[in-house]
Parts: sequence; structure tokens; C-alpha cells
Amino acid sequence: MPATEKRGGSGKAFRKYWRIIFYPLGMFPAIWLLWQGQNGQLGADPINAFERALGLWAFRFLIVCLMLAPLRWLTGLNFLRYRRLTGLLAFFYAALHVLTYVGLDHRFDWRVLWRDITHRPFVILGMLAFMMLLPLALTSNLVSLRKLGRGWKKLHLAIFPAAALAGVHFFLAFKTLNALSAFYLSVMAVVLVLRLPKWFGRRRSAAITR
Amino acid sequence: GEKLHTHPGPYSATLEPTSRSDVTGYNNFYEFGMDKSDPAASSGDFKPLPWTLEIGGLVRNPQRLDVGQMLQSSDMEERIYRMRCVEAWSMVIPWDGIPLATLLKAADPDPKAKFVAFESVERPSEMPGQRNNISGIEWPYVEGLRLDEAMNPLTLLAMGIYGETLPNQNGAPVRLVVPWKYGFKGIKSIQRIRLVEEMPPTTWNRLAPSEYGFYANVNPEVDHPRWSQASERVIGSRSLFGEKRQPTLMFNGYGEQVADLYKRMDLHASY
Repeated sequence: MPATEKRGGSGKAFRKYWRIIFYPLGMFPAIWLLWQGQNGQLGADPINAFERALGLWAFRFLIVCLMLAPLRWLTGLNFLRYRRLTGLLAFFYAALHVLTYVGLDHRFDWRVLWRDITHRPFVILGMLAFMMLLPLALTSNLVSLRKLGRGWKKLHLAIFPAAALAGVHFFLAFKTLNALSAFYLSVMAVVLVLRLPKWFGRRRSAAITR
Repeated sequence: GEKLHTHPGPYSATLEPTSRSDVTGYNNFYEFGMDKSDPAASSGDFKPLPWTLEIGGLVRNPQRLDVGQMLQSSDMEERIYRMRCVEAWSMVIPWDGIPLATLLKAADPDPKAKFVAFESVERPSEMPGQRNNISGIEWPYVEGLRLDEAMNPLTLLAMGIYGETLPNQNGAPVRLVVPWKYGFKGIKSIQRIRLVEEMPPTTWNRLAPSEYGFYANVNPEVDHPRWSQASERVIGSRSLFGEKRQPTLMFNGYGEQVADLYKRMDLHASY
């Protein structure tokens, strides 16, 4: 086989799959935080700083994931293919956030954790958001997409209530409203509200055709 | 800070103080910003001296105290106290100060006085956290104690830490320390102390009454609505996997001195 053809083949694969480098890139903040934590650079209360930073990264990726569709209608820029990447990264950080809360912050103290998860709206909302993201992460692959057919789209609408719950949880994570939480909450609100006209429009046109 | 003429006082037990960099670099003082590193970073413009501390209200002998002069006093004593933040972390801080009771006795409280109201300072030009009101906090910060709590020998008006004058971020030039209560009761940069008949308003209680009560006694059995108060993260490990968590003690370990103050009270209702 001529060498040129071979090179052409791998070039094709590269063009098709190079985007997987975004996964390790997206995990870099987590690795950086771990490194900082181990080297005394997360401040006086490193567990708290770590836990909060992971939660914030989850919220950021969730915002970016939800921003891609309106970005396309508004500007024509098509980054829809990154919804899986950003959604999975949001889930990855949410999972690390939960793991830190359970294992590092509360040392698997199930009595305290059980009381938190059954009594405190702040924790309940966060846990619900995480549990709603779990099936989405598990069915983010092409096999599930094919298997679930129309149901896949319906299932993945769960990202909207998950984002809303995460938003309230994020708001409650601070003792008062502040510049940081106000910024992220308003971006999340805009990203969600941008969809409303489209949804209502679709419903109305559905009603008319009926 | 300037060196103080201080001497060891009672109640210090055998506690190992948290490192000075954590005590002066990690705390809440919303007047300088909402992040716990903000007070150290943004309090440089604050001018703690000259400073007059007023003691008035229901007293027979109102006081106007020159804090600059008080700093020279050799009555200053060191108290190494546990500090439990309502956010479930804790430190050990070597304070220098004088018992609040000493000053209140000099002011001679009227028998009608039942509570002590404290008021901090409002200086937006020197306190960047007071320049925007996104937090919803009304300035100045106010706090309060029942008179018998204020007269308890543990209650300290601190003017120093580690044998030196208080850094701005820790509440210069004079602040309250009530070691059996959550840290937010320790109002910083106090200008006015008034003795009053009725329970005075307090800043955090005004902001979120279901989360922060007037008493705010450290109590492992009464949880914050958003988290458990049964244990606390211990500041000072400097490493993510080395940070310790320890059980929180009733009245932060000062029950022997203060439990009697609350004998007939339901501490779940009066949190």
C-alpha cells in the first residue's frame, strides 16, 4: 500500500476525532485544584475551597452547555456538537463536588449526610439536580441515542429543571447575594429565558395546526 | 501591629493557637468584602486611630474612651480562645484585651438596663464592602448581648492578637469576643455601646432570622438550616487531604462558665 494513502487515512481519523482533546482540557481545572490543594494553595479551609470550586465549575459548564442552542439561533454560530462535551463536563464536576461533600467534607458520616439529604432544602435541591444529570450523562452516547429514539430527546429535556434546581442550590450556597453569585445566576437566567419565546411559539403553532 | 503590654489571663486552657497568617488572612468582615480573603486584601485604607469608644444609654456614668490611650494600658490580658464560625470551621486565637465587665462596671448600669447594644462603624470611603449594597446588609453592623452575658468574665473587648494591636481586617482598633457564641457575634471596630431595656436588633438576625438568632450560642445539637453544626473543620492543615474535622463542643467548650446563663431556656427555640 502506498505510504501517502496511509497518511491520508490517519489524517481523516484525526480530523474526525481531534476534539476528544477537549475532554482532558476540560478536566484540567479539577487537576489544577487537586494540585493546589495538595500544595497548600487553597487557603486556610482547603476542603471548603475545593468543594465550592468544583460546584462552580459544574455550574459554569452547565451554563455553556445551555448557551449553545440560543447562540446558534442568535448568531448563526454552530457549536451544537459541543453540547455533549460541556454537558458531560458539567456532570463530571457535579460528581466530584458530591464526592467531596460526602467523602472529604463529611468523611462518609452517614448520620449527618442522611439528615442533610432528608431535611435541608439546600442539599436536597443540589442532590436532585445531580440525580437528574446522571441519566443524561449515561445516555449521552450514540448507542443510547439510537436505542431511545424519540424518547432520548424527551429525557434530555431534564437538563432544564436540573439547571433551575442547580441555580437555586447555587444561590443558597452563599450567606447573602454577592457579585459572584449574581453574575452566574443572571447568565443562567438569561440562557434559560432566551428559549421561552421559541417554546411558546412552537406551542402556539402546534395548537393552530391542530 | 504595635507591641502591647499584655499578660496571660485566665480561661486560656492549653490550646495551641492557629497560625497568625490564617487568623489574619481568613475571616469574615463584610465591610471589606464578601470573600474571606477580602478583609486582609482590602482594609488598607481603614484608619483605626484616633478612635473614641462611647458607652451610654441606661448608665449613670457615660464614658467616652480614647482607644489610643487604652492600647497603652497594662491591664491588657491575653486570652487564648476557641473561635467557632457559624459556617462550621474553627480556629484558636490568642486575643489581648480587657473584660467588657470592667468597662461596664465603670459606666455603672442603671437597674433598668437588660441588654447591651453594640454598633460598628460606617465609612464607605474606607470600607469597600459598604459601597455597594448587593448583600442587603444594613450598615453599620449591629450586635447585642443580654446584660448578664456581657458581664460574664469570658466576654472580652479585644484590642490585640498575638500580643500586638489588632490588624484592620480583624476589627481594629477594638472588637468584641464572646467565645461561647458563633463568630459573627464578635462585632468589629466598635464605636458605640449602649445599655438598653429591650433586646436590640442584630445584623444577621435582621437579614435571615430563621438562620441566625439573637443568642447564637455554639450548640452542636441545633443545626443551621443549611448545614449540621455537630462538627467543624479545623483551620490550619494547609492540605486538602489533611484537613481535620472535630466534634463541636456545647457552648464551644465554655459550658462550665456559661451554661448557668441559659438554665431555664429552650436552646432550640432561642438559638
